[in-house]
Amino acid sequence: MPEVWVALYIFMLAAFTGFEIISRVPVILHTPLMSGTNFIHGIVLVGAMYVLLTASTPLELAVGTFGVFLGALNVVGGYVVTDRMLAMFEEKKKRRKE
Amino acid sequence: MFWNLLAMEVANQNPVLLHGTTAAYFISILLFILGIKMMSSPATARKGIHWAGLGMLLAIITAFVHIYFLGQSDPQLFLKLGLMVLMILIGTAIGWYSSLKVPMTDMPQMVALFNGMGGGAAAVIGYLDLLHGHGPVSLKVLAAAAVIIGATSFSGSIGAFLKLQRWISSRPITYPGQQFVNALLFLGSLVLGYLSITNPTVLNVNLFILLPLLLGILMTLPIGGADMPVVISLFNALTGLAVAFDGFALQNYTLIISGTIVGASGTLLTILMARAMNRSLFNILFGAFGKVQKGGEEEEKVMKEMSIDDAASILAFADKVIIVPGFGMAAAQAQHKVKELMEELEKRGVEVKFAIHPVAGRMPGHMNVLLAEADIPYDRLYDLEDINPEFETADVALIIGANDVVNPSAEWDPNSPIYGMPILQAYKAKNVFVIKRGRGRGFAGIDNPLFYLDKTYMLFGDAQKVVSDLVQALKKL
Repeated sequence: MPEVWVALYIFMLAAFTGFEIISRVPVILHTPLMSGTNFIHGIVLVGAMYVLLTASTPLELAVGTFGVFLGALNVVGGYVVTDRMLAMFEEKKKRRKE
Repeated sequence: MFWNLLAMEVANQNPVLLHGTTAAYFISILLFILGIKMMSSPATARKGIHWAGLGMLLAIITAFVHIYFLGQSDPQLFLKLGLMVLMILIGTAIGWYSSLKVPMTDMPQMVALFNGMGGGAAAVIGYLDLLHGHGPVSLKVLAAAAVIIGATSFSGSIGAFLKLQRWISSRPITYPGQQFVNALLFLGSLVLGYLSITNPTVLNVNLFILLPLLLGILMTLPIGGADMPVVISLFNALTGLAVAFDGFALQNYTLIISGTIVGASGTLLTILMARAMNRSLFNILFGAFGKVQKGGEEEEKVMKEMSIDDAASILAFADKVIIVPGFGMAAAQAQHKVKELMEELEKRGVEVKFAIHPVAGRMPGHMNVLLAEADIPYDRLYDLEDINPEFETADVALIIGANDVVNPSAEWDPNSPIYGMPILQAYKAKNVFVIKRGRGRGFAGIDNPLFYLDKTYMLFGDAQKVVSDLVQALKKL
């Protein structure tokens, strides 16, 4: 199978996976889940790192470096924001039990 | 396609490296999927983000090691690795500090901001891929798509951030021919994208990235603050898609899979959020919802005002008061004053309960968090189903900065845009007090008949000031 087709197969299966895994999310988790998936696409940082490796001109080096910076913000900010929101849910559960 | 990256991979066929990195990315993806799955259930949600975080850490370390070995023949390798470490450290410092410092009320715009950063990074990858100018046309098209989507998401998310932060008006901003201008910008992006693929000069590619940057910000202008979380969710899904397209250009399955999963789950989430608000996505994007509607049968209706002292004395002699907090309370940071009000009333033997609409503040679950911050006990907070039967026996429903979630049009008027949305039935209380900033309509821009009922009295002003005035007046009684 040509590689481009492998990629398309994976694309299709991943799309269905994405739909399926969140299909039963309650309303109260909409915002934290949005924030959580926002964190996941921070994987773009890894892409930006590879791209920086391929840079050969000063322009490419500068833009690639900026890309890594943006990706890092996405990862770290996305994680901390999500974790803070979800911590509130955990606190709520504990307080309710008391 | 990043030709030189591929060449490096071909030149470096070390089986340990190849299988090691592939296996590590495989585990990362598995952790991402598990993480999202866990995040969609309240009991496991917090663990979900931790597992996903572990997956991300693994992916980043793997990328470092992989890049170190791939770039052995690159004289600039250590400069590049150093830049990566530096940028990640700076990004971590800024991201960590800003997201820890920001108050819980401002969380939606922080999500928007960080989503925009991801979109920007995705656009940068597509941009550099186009500049390289090698590779099959099909992959170039995907790279161009990543630029359009990523750049739109970047500037659009920043627009959403500015609106939610109220640095620009959170009301819809419209002008004649707006959709036409946006359509023109989109078409222009396609044309320049085509030029960037066929003739990838620095000028063409630079012009190309500018148009979607402009489009993103113009697209968010006509969208009202109430709809913003849905739009942020849409941009989130789009960023995921752009990341997946970058993955095709980079031949990197980790990016393809993670990006696609976010794109798909984000799309579904966007639809679910729109549905929870009883709105269609099309309507949100193009309807300029929240723009004050004109026309219709505009009867002369009057809102009755009441003085603080009168309101305080009625509250003091009530048996049961139900407080309905809304985004106005959160925006005015009035939750601590509301707690004082609760204590003052309880001292006088008044039963105080809080009615929490599932989308109060338009951020599901948000209101519980805000009230918890002000140390209002959880057993005073009641969900929609639990509190609605109680309004009939309440002497006063005190509405603080909420509007659309108590709008009886949702039950009374089949023509209302929010018809069918579950509401808090504050209109059933014996008296309704509404603390409101001004006479304007709510975030959704729909007129609220509740405000014109005979038993409704308005207390105009900033929520924090009005509530603290009420507390003062109660103390003097």
